[in-house]
Amino acid sequence: MSATPATFADEAAELRPLSRGRVGMWCLITAESAIFLIFVIAYLVYMGTSLDGPTPKQILTVPVITTICLLSSSATMHWATSALRRGKLALFRLFWFVTLMLGTIFLVGTGREWHRFIYQENFTIHTNLFGTTFYSLVGLHASHVAVGLIALATVMILALFGKVKQEHSERCEILAMYWHFVDAVWVVVFTVVYGLGR
Amino acid sequence: MAADSIAVPLPRTESRSLLLDWLCTVDHKKIGMMYIVYALIFLVIMGCEAILMRIQLARPESTFLSADAFNRLFTMHGTTGIFFVAMPILIGFGNYFVPLMIGARDMAFPRLNAFSFWMTAFGGILLYASFFTGGSLLHGGDAPAVGWFAYAPLTSPAFSPGHGTDFWNLSLLLAGIGSIGAAVNFIATVLCMRCPGMTLGKMPLFAWMNLVTGGLILVAISPLTAAQLMLMADRFLGGHFFDPAAGGQPVMWMHFFWIFGHPEVYVLIIPSFAFISEVLPVFSRKAIFGYPAMVAATAGIGFVSLGVWAHHLFTVGMPSYGNAFFVLTTMVVAVPTGIKIFNWLATMWGGKIRFATPMLFCIGFLFQFLIGGLTGVMLATAPFDWQLNNSYFVVAHFHYIIVGGILFAIFAAFYYWFPKMTGRMLSEKLGKWHFWIFVLGFHLTFDFMHVPGLLGMPRRVYTYQAGRGWGVWNMISSIGVIFQAAAILIFVYNIVHSYFRGALAGNDPWDAWTLEWATTSPPAEYNFSSVPAVRSRRPLWDIKHPEDPDWKYE
Repeated sequence: MSATPATFADEAAELRPLSRGRVGMWCLITAESAIFLIFVIAYLVYMGTSLDGPTPKQILTVPVITTICLLSSSATMHWATSALRRGKLALFRLFWFVTLMLGTIFLVGTGREWHRFIYQENFTIHTNLFGTTFYSLVGLHASHVAVGLIALATVMILALFGKVKQEHSERCEILAMYWHFVDAVWVVVFTVVYGLGR
Repeated sequence: MAADSIAVPLPRTESRSLLLDWLCTVDHKKIGMMYIVYALIFLVIMGCEAILMRIQLARPESTFLSADAFNRLFTMHGTTGIFFVAMPILIGFGNYFVPLMIGARDMAFPRLNAFSFWMTAFGGILLYASFFTGGSLLHGGDAPAVGWFAYAPLTSPAFSPGHGTDFWNLSLLLAGIGSIGAAVNFIATVLCMRCPGMTLGKMPLFAWMNLVTGGLILVAISPLTAAQLMLMADRFLGGHFFDPAAGGQPVMWMHFFWIFGHPEVYVLIIPSFAFISEVLPVFSRKAIFGYPAMVAATAGIGFVSLGVWAHHLFTVGMPSYGNAFFVLTTMVVAVPTGIKIFNWLATMWGGKIRFATPMLFCIGFLFQFLIGGLTGVMLATAPFDWQLNNSYFVVAHFHYIIVGGILFAIFAAFYYWFPKMTGRMLSEKLGKWHFWIFVLGFHLTFDFMHVPGLLGMPRRVYTYQAGRGWGVWNMISSIGVIFQAAAILIFVYNIVHSYFRGALAGNDPWDAWTLEWATTSPPAEYNFSSVPAVRSRRPLWDIKHPEDPDWKYE
C-alpha cells in the first residue's frame, strides 16, 4: 500500500516542539491532583465529625523527621537531575541514591506510625470516620511515594550498571516532576492531617 | 534508544497472525478501530437491554420482567451506554483522526494508547462478567442493581450484598484509568505532534475539541476514581465514608459523583461537536463560520461545566444561594452552546448544501440537540426541577442529548469517515433508510416520553398502575423502539455489507479539506509518506485551489 505524499506549501513555519514527556507528566499530575483534591475535601468535611474516639489529638504525633526527609529529597532530586544534565554521572548517582534513601525513610516512618496505631492503639480504617479518612488520605499519598520509589530504584539499578547517561536527563527530569509532585502533595496532606485536623 | 534506531526493524507483520497483529498493535488507527468496534458491540447490547425494559413498561402492571431484573437492566443500560459505548466510540474516532488531521504519524504515546484501550476493554468485560455470577442468568445473575450513579447508602454492604456493586465499581475504575490515559495521549498529541505550519490557530476544530475533552477528562474522571476508591474502602475494608451509622454522609457521594457526572456529559458532547464541526462545513461547501468563536465556546463550555454539578442535587436540599449559584451556572452553559448552534447555522447559511447521509444526521443533531438543550434549561430552573427531578421528563431530556445529539453525531461521523477507515463507501440508499427510520423511532420514543414525566411518572419504576394516564404514552414510546431497532439493524447490515462490497472510496470521496483526506483510504501504517506542511485551516483546499488559497485570507 502506498500513501500519496501530501505536498504542501514548503515554507513551513518553524514550531518549537514541546516535550511529549513533560506534557504527559503534567497531564498525569493534573489528574492525580484532582484525585487528591477529592480525598482532601472528604477529610476536611469529615473533620471532627467522628461519632466515637479516638480523636486525632489523642493519637497523632507530628512526623517531623520523616517530613524533613521527604521535603529535602526534592532538593537532592533537583541536584541529581542537574548533575545528570551537566554530565556529572558520579554526582548524579550519589544524589539519586540519597533521594531514594530519604524517600525510603519517609515510607518506613509511615509504616511505623501505622504499625503503632494498629497494634498498640487498636485504631484502624474501620474504627471511626477519622480512621477512614486518615488511612485513605495518608495511604493514597504513601502509595504514590511507593510507586515513586519503585521508579527511582529502577533508575538507580540502571545507573549502577552504567545505563543512565547524559542523554537520559530529560527522562529523569520527567520522573523528577512526579517526585516533586508527591512532595508537594505531602505539604498539603501534612497541613490538613497534622495541622488543621489535629 | 541509540541501539533501537540502528537495529533493522524485523518484518513483524509477516511472522504474526492477523489476530496477534491486532492484539499487540500500537498503531493509533487500529486502536481507534478496536475502540469503535468494541463500542458498537456494546451499543447493540445496551439496545437489547433497552428493548427489554420498553417491553416491560409498554403496558401497566406487566409481569414480563421481575423488579430485580429491571433494576439490573437499567443499571447496566446506563453504565454501558456512558462508559462502554459513548466514551470508547468518541475516543476511538479521536484516536483515529486526531493524528491524521494534524499531520502526525501516531499518537504521542502509542503504547500508553494500547494500554488505555485494553483497560477500557477489560472494564467492559468485567462489568458483563457480573451476569454470570451469583443467581440464575435469567434474573440477571449478580449484575449491579444500584443505578448508573450508584447512590450511597444503597451501595453499602447492608443494602447491596453480593458482588454486583463491586463489579460496577471495579469495572468503572478500570475504564476510568483507560480514559485518563487516553486524555493524556490526546493532549500530548495535539500539543506536541502537529506538522510544520499547523499552529494552534490553524488546527482543525476536531483537534481543538478533542484537546478540550482531554483536559476535561483529566479533571472530571479523576473525582469519580477517587470516589470509587472510597467506595472500595467502604465495601472491602470496612470504611465509613458514606456510612450514616458512623457519621459518614451519603450526600458526599452525590457531590463527588456529579462533580464527575456533569462534566462527563460535556466529555461526551464536545467530541460530538467535533464531528459536526468537520462534517457540516464539507457538506455546506463553506469554511466553518466563526472559527475563533467556536474554539472559545468549546473552552468556555469546558470551564463552566466544572461548576454546575449540584443542579443534580436541587431536590436534596441546598441553601438558597447554593440553588441560585447552580441555577445560574447551569443556564450560563446555554450561552457558549448557543454560539455553537448559531455558528453551525451560519456555516450552512448560503452554502451549497449536499444532503448526503452524514449531513442528514448533522441536521438531525442540530434540531434534537437544540430541543434537548431547551429542556435542559427548563430543568436548570430549581423549582421546575423540584417538580420533575427523577421523573421520566428527565429521562426524556437526557436521552434527547445522548441519542438525539451524541448518537446522531456518531452516525454522521460513521458515514463521513467510514470510507477513510475502510476504503469503501457506506451505501447511501441504506444510509437514508437508516436515517429516516431512526428519526421516526427516536421521536416516537423520546418526544412522547416527556409526557408521563410531566404527569408524574417516576424513573426507575419497574411497573405502574393502570388508570394513571401513563399507559398510552409508554406504549407509544415502546413502539418507537421497534423503529429504532430496525434502523440499527439496517446500519449494522450496511457496515458489514459495505465493508466487503461497498463502492471504492478513493482518497477523498467528499471533496473535503482536512489532512486525513490527503492520504490513502485506508491510510498506510505511517499515515503520510512525507510529513505535510500546512499554511491554512483547510490545507487540501489550498492544494486544490492554488489560484485562491485560504491562507491569503486568514
